[in-house]
Amino acid sequence: MNQPPQPLHAPLEISFDYTRSLGPTLSAFVTALARRRVLGARASDGRVHAPPFEYDPVSGAPPAEFTEVGPGGSVVSWTWTDGPLDGQPLAHPFGWALIRLDGADTAMLHAVDAGSKDKMRTGMRVTPRWAAQSGNGIIDIACFEPEGLATADGSPSAPADADSAMPAPPEPIGMITSPVRLTYDHTVSPGESSYLLALAEGRLIGQRCPVCGKVYVPPRGACPVDGVPTRDEVQLPDTGVVTTFCVVNVPFQGQKFPSPYVAASVLIDGADIPFQHLILGCPPDEVRMGMRVRAVWKPREEWAIGHNIDHFEPTDEPDAPYDSYAHHL
Amino acid sequence: MSNRAAVLGTGQTHHRSKRQDVSIAGLCREAADRALADAGLTADQIDAVVVGKAPDLFEGVMMPELYLADALGAVGKPLLRVHTAGSVGGATGIVAASLIQAGVHRRVLAVAFEKQSESNAMWALSITPPFAMPVLAGAGGYFAPHIRSYIRRSGAPLHIGAMVAAKDRRNGARNPYAHLRQADMTTEKVLASMMLWDPVRYDETCPSSDGACAVVIGDQGAAEAAGRPVAWIRATSMRTEPTMFSGKDHVNPRAGADAAAALWQAAGITSPREQIDAAEIYVPFSWFEPMWLENLGFAEPGQGWRITEAGETEITGSLPVNPSGGVLSSNPIGASGLLRFAEAAMQVMGQAGEHQVAGARTALGHAYGGGSQYFSMWVVADTPD
Amino acid sequence: MNATGTTGPQQMTDVAVVGFAQAPNERHSPATTNGVEMLVPIFGDVLRSTGLTKDDVGFWCSGSSDYLAGRAFSFVSAVDAIGAFPPVMESHVEMDGAWALYEAWLKILSGEAEIALAYGFGKSSAGTLRRVLALQLDPYLVAPLWPDSVAIAALQARLGIDAGLWSEAEMAGVAARSRASAITNPLALLSGTTPPDDLLASPYVADPLRAHDCAPVTDGAAVVILAAGDRARELCERPAWISGFEHRIDSASLGARDLTTSPSSAAAGKAAGASRAQVAELHAPFTHQEIILREALDLAADARVNPSGGALAANPMFAAGLARIGLAASEVIAGRAEVALGHATSGPALQQNLVCVMEAR
Repeated sequence: MNQPPQPLHAPLEISFDYTRSLGPTLSAFVTALARRRVLGARASDGRVHAPPFEYDPVSGAPPAEFTEVGPGGSVVSWTWTDGPLDGQPLAHPFGWALIRLDGADTAMLHAVDAGSKDKMRTGMRVTPRWAAQSGNGIIDIACFEPEGLATADGSPSAPADADSAMPAPPEPIGMITSPVRLTYDHTVSPGESSYLLALAEGRLIGQRCPVCGKVYVPPRGACPVDGVPTRDEVQLPDTGVVTTFCVVNVPFQGQKFPSPYVAASVLIDGADIPFQHLILGCPPDEVRMGMRVRAVWKPREEWAIGHNIDHFEPTDEPDAPYDSYAHHL
Repeated sequence: MSNRAAVLGTGQTHHRSKRQDVSIAGLCREAADRALADAGLTADQIDAVVVGKAPDLFEGVMMPELYLADALGAVGKPLLRVHTAGSVGGATGIVAASLIQAGVHRRVLAVAFEKQSESNAMWALSITPPFAMPVLAGAGGYFAPHIRSYIRRSGAPLHIGAMVAAKDRRNGARNPYAHLRQADMTTEKVLASMMLWDPVRYDETCPSSDGACAVVIGDQGAAEAAGRPVAWIRATSMRTEPTMFSGKDHVNPRAGADAAAALWQAAGITSPREQIDAAEIYVPFSWFEPMWLENLGFAEPGQGWRITEAGETEITGSLPVNPSGGVLSSNPIGASGLLRFAEAAMQVMGQAGEHQVAGARTALGHAYGGGSQYFSMWVVADTPD
Repeated sequence: MNATGTTGPQQMTDVAVVGFAQAPNERHSPATTNGVEMLVPIFGDVLRSTGLTKDDVGFWCSGSSDYLAGRAFSFVSAVDAIGAFPPVMESHVEMDGAWALYEAWLKILSGEAEIALAYGFGKSSAGTLRRVLALQLDPYLVAPLWPDSVAIAALQARLGIDAGLWSEAEMAGVAARSRASAITNPLALLSGTTPPDDLLASPYVADPLRAHDCAPVTDGAAVVILAAGDRARELCERPAWISGFEHRIDSASLGARDLTTSPSSAAAGKAAGASRAQVAELHAPFTHQEIILREALDLAADARVNPSGGALAANPMFAAGLARIGLAASEVIAGRAEVALGHATSGPALQQNLVCVMEAR
């Protein structure tokens, strides 16, 4: 047993700009926002919802009637954030508020740039501050601000100013983009940590299940068949057999190798489960089920904690007989 | 003792690579509205809603069923969200059936969807966490080696996969909702398409689709009140095994075989080959048709391809497989399983239109997911027993 | 039975909770996000406590979240902890494990299983939890602003304060009582005897919420075993029989619903018989939400609430609701209560709620 005191961990960032098609109702709302107007929808019970509902909370039908609301309104509830998070409307301390726009019966959630918390109160009057860019949906409203607030140059930040400066979009907006960026601390299991640390020393290790005796590489922490922790470490050679494979002829998103290349299931000698790896060192059409292969390690100076085997290559030994690996397919 | 349950209505969207005319809610409503209309019901007659979809990262919405509660008429009602990887559509149908079979509800709406165009499924699937081996070949590259194993093990001729793909695309042309509708597709054309993940060719792979599917499931009273044909759920089955373990049979996974054996037994089916009139089987890569025919017990191991080669899985054959065009014609991932279940129901309800299998009275809906590890299936029939 | 399904058929199978275990609640667990390291020990615990083996379990169901883990299909490897070969009948909800328990309950009622096991797990500390949870909001009109979950709860808290329904002092009272109760809970993350007045002297994190008003970010897992009829009696001297199991959801539109009430809790509680409970474990991640829930569930004035310390003592996402049910069941199993209630919540501002009422017989 040679386990690290703490499992390895490292940042994992997931980042994607999602493209959201809007459909008719949200498109009407977002298109109006780009013209610096706010639309509400009248529900079958007479209540005006702003933002509009896509489906009537009473009848379930799409809105039959839009009505312009606001743009000013009153704060129904509020809170204050001293430390804005990535992606929030303002980078300095600001208030969040539920805002009932004039003419609406429901409230809209948005930020209020009040300067300081003591300016925030329930019932306060606020008005939108429009973003310099438009056509991006709800963030076309950069934030709300207290009504009558003087801007830095002393002029009132009135919506009428903005209105004249913003040309109407030529056609309805049907799509918005929503970036989602999240960072996680990704941890690997103790077994996998041992495996990665061994790879960093140029060794390949597995773990044996105490119940079924099968050797897992990489170690899994728990035997997937028996559900018990696996702790007994097994040193493995860096040779094995190609059980099966495919030839990747076309690039795919995220691909790291030039095509064509072979992605194969490699059963390491002494292990009881194959793992997937690259086969190089021969033309793809010469790779065979049963072919004997050995690991080709990256140059020593490139070694890090992780996957220091660059690929596998043929050993030119005779192929393993089909029956010797058929139960691993 | 289990209460009887029946599919009262089905609905689906037109599946396309990008349904940019609708929001996520709009996509779901398109399917749900059709299912409710088909069942002759309104949303306020529904007791509970079950939502299924594959990973939340595909749309960038965490637990989108929360936001969808309003659109789906679920406010004030029970709402469940199922996620069992690619089999999720099937699992969604089964959970909805369980709500009836358990005697908890009378009428339940199940909705499954995927709006793949919001992101890129390949992106979400190819995120490589720190320390992990880089993804070598994408989804097709995961399954292609196992297809090679099947070919080696069964000795199947190399054109079998192309036969399946051509048949499913032609069937898709009979289905007004299908994403790919290729009435003139032939085995030769498939064989002439580019080899992507040898041995899998371009035309042997499923498309990436936006789409949704919905079914309304009711109890015996609701079924009898429908006043029109329903699809009685004779049995459901689910089995799971780990993604990778020593001794895993990637060609003929035991979870699928066990699920099928339990399904046939519960449905009172002794010879599926004789007793199933139509099968909607989750075939995202063409070769999975013969593989799953064996896994499901329609053929002995190594013999499934002979059924395909003989043309018996054509819509006019003795065991029509994927008369709707299947996953090879439309693949909104989260909905794909429920589409199989719904299409099976449509067959025994006599509602399948141009892709109706003549005289279909008993049908199979099947889904699988993950690394061939999650299986869900049901048998529906035109009579309750 | 009516159209909203509030009453079930009369001849339902008797189903009881017979076993419960939970992993240590940790601020930063060294476990992976696939749950295996947290689950293997507690599966062992719960099976040992009932004398069962994994082969006795007819149905398994789990609850977890890909966004909590930051990966698609993050729940898939969790079945390694089961040892899922030969294959098992298994399902997964992208919800708290309490809803997995609900699905497990269905499988017993429908006769498909006699014994079922539900589990939930979550490593909340992997990401920035309050920011991750912004992705639960309307993806078109709200989530693009990235309002964090604490800010949303603060907006709800102020509405109640402004309406005179509760005060910051009462909220601090909830926190003080929870922490004091948690002293006897060895798995609690937060416990202590700070008086409410001292708590009120601390700064706001999101006015009107202070740190004590918010559940701690917690990693953890929980598992509950259900059994039918005679099997339950064999496995447990005093099973916690489920007499009502209900859940409902409210509108996602924060600005269109009254956030000071919880209609979904009220409806689920009424249908499940919540007012009978002598003890209730409420999944209230914020102090004012416990006040909302007590009212909505129509709990008796003398009902004991959150003897474990509740979510304010430890809130492992996607396991905390299931743990509430397990803890409530333990009150019945241990003979401390005749009728106990476990509650789970999901979504922003108590959007979705589940109530499980259990009793001794």
